[in-house]
Amino acid sequence: MSLTLENLSHRVDGVDYIRDANLTFQAGSFNVLLGRTLSGKTSMMRLMAGLDKPDEGRLIFNGQDVTGQSVQARNVSMIYQQFINYPGITVYENIASPLRLAKMAESEIDRRVKETAAMLQISPLLKRYPLELSGGQQQRTAMARALVKDATLVLFDEPLVNLDYKLREELRAELRDLFRERQCIAVYATTEANEALALGGTTTLLHEGRVIQNGPVMDVYRSPVNTLAAQLFSEPPMNMIRGRVTDTEVTFDEYSHHALTQELSKLTPGDYWFGVRPSHIALVPANDDDLEMSMEVALSEISGSETFIHIENSHFEMVMQLMGVHQYHTGAPVKVYLPINKLFVFDSAEKLVHTPSRISGGAV
Amino acid sequence: MQKIHNNRAWWLVLPVFLLVAFSALIPLMTVVNYSVQDIFGPGQAFFVGAEWFKEVLGDELLQDSLIRQFMFSGAVLLIQIPLGIGVALMMPKSGIKGSVCLILIAIPLLIPWNVVGTIWQIFARGDIGLFGWGLNELGFNYNYTGNTVDAWLTVLLMDVWHWTPLVALLCYSGLRAIPEAFYQAAEIDRASKWAVFRYIQLPRLKSVLIIGVLLRFMDSFMIYTEPFVLTGGGPGSSTTFLSQTLTTMAIGQFDLGRAAAFSLIYFLIVLLISWLFFTAITQADKEQ
Amino acid sequence: MAEIRLKSLAHSYSETPGGPEDYAIRQLDHVWHEGGAYALLGPSGCGKSTMLNIISGLVQPSEGEVLFDGKRVNELSPRDRNIAQVFQFPVVYDSMTVFDNLAFPLKNNKIPKSRIKARVQEIAEVLEIEDKLYKKAKNLTADEKQKVSMGRGLVREDVSAILFDEPLTVIDPQLKWKLRRKLKQIHEQFDITMVYVTHDQLEASTFADKIAVMYGGQIVQFGTPTELFEQPNHTFVGYFIGSPGMNLIEVERSAAGVRFRSTQVDLAPWQVEMLKRLKSKNIKIGIRPEFIELSPTASDDTYEAEILDMEDLGTYKVITVRLDQQEMKVRMNEEFEGVIGNRTYLSFPQQWLKLYVDEFLVQEQQ
Repeated sequence: MSLTLENLSHRVDGVDYIRDANLTFQAGSFNVLLGRTLSGKTSMMRLMAGLDKPDEGRLIFNGQDVTGQSVQARNVSMIYQQFINYPGITVYENIASPLRLAKMAESEIDRRVKETAAMLQISPLLKRYPLELSGGQQQRTAMARALVKDATLVLFDEPLVNLDYKLREELRAELRDLFRERQCIAVYATTEANEALALGGTTTLLHEGRVIQNGPVMDVYRSPVNTLAAQLFSEPPMNMIRGRVTDTEVTFDEYSHHALTQELSKLTPGDYWFGVRPSHIALVPANDDDLEMSMEVALSEISGSETFIHIENSHFEMVMQLMGVHQYHTGAPVKVYLPINKLFVFDSAEKLVHTPSRISGGAV
Repeated sequence: MQKIHNNRAWWLVLPVFLLVAFSALIPLMTVVNYSVQDIFGPGQAFFVGAEWFKEVLGDELLQDSLIRQFMFSGAVLLIQIPLGIGVALMMPKSGIKGSVCLILIAIPLLIPWNVVGTIWQIFARGDIGLFGWGLNELGFNYNYTGNTVDAWLTVLLMDVWHWTPLVALLCYSGLRAIPEAFYQAAEIDRASKWAVFRYIQLPRLKSVLIIGVLLRFMDSFMIYTEPFVLTGGGPGSSTTFLSQTLTTMAIGQFDLGRAAAFSLIYFLIVLLISWLFFTAITQADKEQ
Repeated sequence: MAEIRLKSLAHSYSETPGGPEDYAIRQLDHVWHEGGAYALLGPSGCGKSTMLNIISGLVQPSEGEVLFDGKRVNELSPRDRNIAQVFQFPVVYDSMTVFDNLAFPLKNNKIPKSRIKARVQEIAEVLEIEDKLYKKAKNLTADEKQKVSMGRGLVREDVSAILFDEPLTVIDPQLKWKLRRKLKQIHEQFDITMVYVTHDQLEASTFADKIAVMYGGQIVQFGTPTELFEQPNHTFVGYFIGSPGMNLIEVERSAAGVRFRSTQVDLAPWQVEMLKRLKSKNIKIGIRPEFIELSPTASDDTYEAEILDMEDLGTYKVITVRLDQQEMKVRMNEEFEGVIGNRTYLSFPQQWLKLYVDEFLVQEQQ
């Protein structure tokens, strides 16, 4: 069982909401749509659900063209940002409602509702009304209603955005566990890269209606196909610096010249963009061939166990992520080290040409 | 490529089409038919083209009526819109008091229109009406059947009493839609009540007011029952508005051709002004 | 204004509160000092927005006092308190231009026009919206509108404190970074007391010098981000701060420390001593995932555990292990490699193993 989007396009008022999307989702998979607001995530899900008709392209489900099918004919569930529940009926009735519409037997309805409620840990709340519950509980009710009908396609439109971050962490973990066993196709939209990483499965990067990259989450993370993908899929965004490679060395400005390492020497001379993750920039050199740069601290932000330092010099601005708490004052000079073996290289057309060699080390 | 995937929907709409055709389109076509013919009696009709239209546009009686009508609608809008907003602002926001207020305000809207006319007819009488008698006691020489100004004022007052609640209700619903945070922010910004009205409430009432103004304009421009019952169009023809003139012409004098022509012009005036107004407001919105 | 003091503050939304559950804020005493950047951090429903509204005057507390510089202000309306508040959703006057929006509070205070113009320009530059000054407010994007909302809070010069109620909620995550930096810069530039309410620990830590963690209507700890991380005063602080939160295990007393099921955990002598003095049976030990050490080989002070799950979160990994049926999470850097199902050996460095009795941290007494 699979869902394929073929050359899908959707235009509203002359603006392309989705352009030329080609994707396939497999059964039993958890798929994350990652992109900024207005990048097309909701539009794509609406097209998959059948709430909107595409202007071009087809939707193929299990080999059948379902493009024109109405939403009622498809077996789809959707969960929204705003916890949507029927306010006038109890939680039990809310969860039972899709089953009642399907005219299922009462005993079967009862069994399924209780089972789904237990799965989402809201069994003690079955007799209450949605408006009496907290945000997290309301969202769980909405999820139970979506999951009880055992739809083949379950769509989540940024469902955790209105919950506080701890609750979000917990629900995310529960969602992951919930969907591990199921055979349905789950599609989850989010704007946060960290959520995509935590949820796992496959990641699809969307930007301005186009699919930038699609694949298993770690593949997309480790090999972003261009600078845009690299920046979309990391928080804080990956640092990009311009550099030039000649036969003998790589320079980032007139001052810092570095000898080419074995890997970089494979690059043909020219201008490139070098990407380095904030967590890979260090205050002490880890290897002999680390690039040393003199920068100045623009701002330092402490967060629990990590410090983010925004550094700059006359040529570039970067963000560093350090483990532990470090106090730095604005304007303080600092020398930082970029490990060459962890650089991503993108050509001047911003396409990926080189990824860091496998990071090895640590063991158990 | 747009696929209409639910053709069955059109079948459901068909009965409505038929109904509208029967009750509106066909009579309208009949009127158009009459407007280009000179009818002397059943079976005796001659095609006269645009002659009726020419005559009607030049008719002084109709022109007077038209001017009177514009004056009336203008006065109605000038009074009822601000008054409606004012009433809405004063109504309690929620709870029992709010509900009671809503009901009291809505009562005039529920009364059949000819009853409204009758109520005011009696209310304004100098001998047995509380209003008429009261005014006379206070020293005003009030007589709505004899005095033109008094008649106008009474008709206006009746319309204000009858229809301001509609504007008030529309504005009330518009005001309820404003999030509390706006008022809180204004409080912190030390805004005066006037500033709150002008910068927060009024802009957000805009869409509701458009509906209110359009409805009030159309209804007042076509008003018939209430003034007819109240004053009969008098004294003389001072409160004879367009619809009354038209009705007299069509039914009283059986001047169907002329009446039909004028009906169409009437219809077009209302349509034109409403359209102009609506476009002006929505265009102003888009420009920004 | 040198300080905002909350004395014996309590608030209930119902008119006849029955018990503690009816109170949004319970018996609170707190001081906010001038010029500080503070965060009020807590889960939804803990009372933080209520507290903010009490400080700004939008809500009157049912009990207790709010004092500005020692003077009671309970009865003062918001307009008389010299406080600006920025709300969660952008509050922008649609019919006015950005300039007029920012000038609005100044106009209401009858500031001369020339001064208004200069001030609006200054704030617009700081917020990087000076190129939009003459546009109509309704055509802005959500984050630009929120900047205008914030600008209105900053523009008044007589303001002694600015309160932010989860202001970055509607902002795109991509832009949250930039706005957080902005706020920090503004704080450094204008040296004004700022109180920032949020449920996101990252936002709180990046913005504030000191964070007040609220739970169940009370402030359970008030400290720097480092203190909250290294010395959580309350199990809730341990749980709420850090991603993932602190591992907490229910234990019983034993000879050299504490025990859960068949695992003996030794404590420092002073901790054992403190335990003897306290009577309660509600004892927990806590250690943060960042501080648990994993080793492939056993030694004297390690505990044998099984790797249940590994999550790769890009910059770090979270390993779920099971020690004597107790699940714990360990945070390792991205280079860590492990195999699910394998054995591993945990050690808990003494300085990071915290002891909690009745949910509060047991500290060494001099």
